[in-house]
Amino acid sequence: MPTIKVPLGPQHPALKEPESFLFELDGERVVGLDVRMGYAHRGIEKGFEARTFTQGIYLAERICGICSHSHTTPFVQNAEELLKLEIPARARYIRTLVGELERIHSHLLWLGVAGHEVGFDSLFMYTWRDRELVLDMLESISGNRVHYGMNCVGGVRRDVTADMAAKLVEMNAVVLSRTDYYIKMCTAEPTFMARISGVGPLSKQDALDLNAVGPMARASGIKRDVRKDDPYAAYGEIPFDVITADSCDILGRAVVRVFELLQSVKIVDYVLKNMPAGDIKVRAPRKIPAGEAIARYEAPRGENIHFMKSNGTEKPDRVKVRAPTYANMPATIVALKGAYVADIPITVAAIDPCFCCADRMVRLVDNRKGRNDLMTWPQLQRYSREWISRNRRGPH
Amino acid sequence: MVLLKVLLYLLVFPGVIFLFAFSTFAEWLDRKVYARLQNRIGPLHTGSSGILQPVADFIKLLSKEDVVPAEADKGIFNALPLFSFASAVAAFLMLPIFRVSLPFTSFPGDLIVIIYLLSIPTIVYFLAGWHSTNYFAMLGSFRNLTQLFGYEVPLFLALLAPAMLAGAWQGGVWLPANWQISSIGSFYMQHAYLIPVNIIGFIVALIALQAKLERIPFDAPEAETEIVAGALTEYSGKKLALFRLTIDIELVTGSALIAAVFLGGFVLPPVMLGNIDVSAPLSFVLFVAKTLFVVGLLSLMRALMGRLRIDQTVAFSWRWLAPLSLLQILIAIGLKAFVRF
Repeated sequence: MPTIKVPLGPQHPALKEPESFLFELDGERVVGLDVRMGYAHRGIEKGFEARTFTQGIYLAERICGICSHSHTTPFVQNAEELLKLEIPARARYIRTLVGELERIHSHLLWLGVAGHEVGFDSLFMYTWRDRELVLDMLESISGNRVHYGMNCVGGVRRDVTADMAAKLVEMNAVVLSRTDYYIKMCTAEPTFMARISGVGPLSKQDALDLNAVGPMARASGIKRDVRKDDPYAAYGEIPFDVITADSCDILGRAVVRVFELLQSVKIVDYVLKNMPAGDIKVRAPRKIPAGEAIARYEAPRGENIHFMKSNGTEKPDRVKVRAPTYANMPATIVALKGAYVADIPITVAAIDPCFCCADRMVRLVDNRKGRNDLMTWPQLQRYSREWISRNRRGPH
Repeated sequence: MVLLKVLLYLLVFPGVIFLFAFSTFAEWLDRKVYARLQNRIGPLHTGSSGILQPVADFIKLLSKEDVVPAEADKGIFNALPLFSFASAVAAFLMLPIFRVSLPFTSFPGDLIVIIYLLSIPTIVYFLAGWHSTNYFAMLGSFRNLTQLFGYEVPLFLALLAPAMLAGAWQGGVWLPANWQISSIGSFYMQHAYLIPVNIIGFIVALIALQAKLERIPFDAPEAETEIVAGALTEYSGKKLALFRLTIDIELVTGSALIAAVFLGGFVLPPVMLGNIDVSAPLSFVLFVAKTLFVVGLLSLMRALMGRLRIDQTVAFSWRWLAPLSLLQILIAIGLKAFVRF
């Protein structure tokens, strides 16, 4: 039977964001794959250069709609490193608290999406209901559900009061009981297990070679977690375990995530009960001294890297963001080789993709001529003058 | 007069109009149960508790633009929805809802006829996907046929067992209740204690019906996240409305068939209330109650599981459903051989 080429994307019900996967299928088996990224390019990095550091925080928050805190934290950490600013311990704890709550809601969201991709919509509805609890907690801390606006250079913008903390501990207990339920469900429901066990294999060696990050790497038995390896915020002082699995499949990725939920709930509990007293921020100057800094952050989806170069003014010279989805794409392509058509959506979803976070450049190719000519600014000006003189109409 | 009776039978009750009302009601019930099990509310606004939502959806689809793919064979593409609709309605007419029925709807062998009529929509979906000239539709239609080979045999075997148990020797030939749904039903109505004997067959038939209706966990042929809408991807407007209605009719017909064969049927012996025989309305109530019970079980199954891959569906059918239905047949034969009732 001849192979057929089936496009999955840029528009497809399985994808929540535009991205193009062109699959070559032999019956129900995948024999070839072509990925094209860049449909959600938003010019974020150029945007940073046009904004001050304070404005940049809000732009960084909008890189991702799920892990917004995971982008502002490395951004302000870079600025603080360049300023050689020591932030108060309470601010570090609050950053950790928001970061872990964000991890809980991101993992619950992933679990729901994974359920939806394998047609288990009941799981989707349940996890998204329980995710609302976490969003309520975040709202009570910051006033917002997803874009928290908590970070500023030098600390955090809002404090967690004692009675608020008590209420949060109560809500956290409910999240804990729901987490136990999902752990049971994720490791026992037969149809869900049948769909994710042994699917999307990624060996430990492949994961190392292809530089997989986050739960994708940890599910292949690599104990890699920035929170432990290179502690930031308050992680150096908080007891928690790095969860790994060695089944190297989607079941492993699900198990890593649900057990990480448990760890995160424990971290939130610890932070709320052991938060040091004191200020929540120190004053920071608007201008950041010249220099370069790099920050790593363990986002829910994996390691997130921010690079910042300052030239001594109030605007950064360059900001570079490497989102975890980008790092996980090569590993996904390997995991998709030889898969069934039915396993494509869940295998892509298993990295918890966030394509708009990852799209950093576009390469424009003229489909008819097959060229990708780029123009410099003077060339473009000349071209536009010529075009107008060719196409001039009317009284000019 | 006879013509009028036939027309009433075909068009009003239990024909098209009643069937439209009942199948949309069954869809509403299915959606509502599914939603409540998922901690949602489900249809709410159209009519009381959203009871008219399926009708509203149907009317909305009728008013939508009807697109035919440029490369599709227009004649077949347009005719297929009618084929599936007609065969599903015809299948429903075979069901004995009350004692008075017309000779062309209840006859020896109608069990076989209804099974085949219910298979036609699946074949139509395959053709629809094939003629859509769309890769997603084509993949979906392959899966339709693959799944057909999985569930059809267990379903046949499971429906066979109660018929065998209800049958009798007649002139040296064993007639499994003439293969007639009404006589199977009335046999179990008289011997209600025999209904639990067929429990394995009942479960097998329920699961196979779920696969036939392409609902979770057997909805691989129309898996939204993989192949968009499967075989019906290219259908829109009136034709899609007709297909959707066909699926609803299949749901009630399949459920009613299982209720008629496994749950004692609907046709009551004459019940006198004073001088009036009220068995007909009571039979109707019984029909609605038993059919909706089966629909509810199917909804429950839909909420509790994820979607199986197509190879897993077929493997499951042959590894579990087929042997279990054979076991049910063995039980029926054994009982028939050693027990007299």
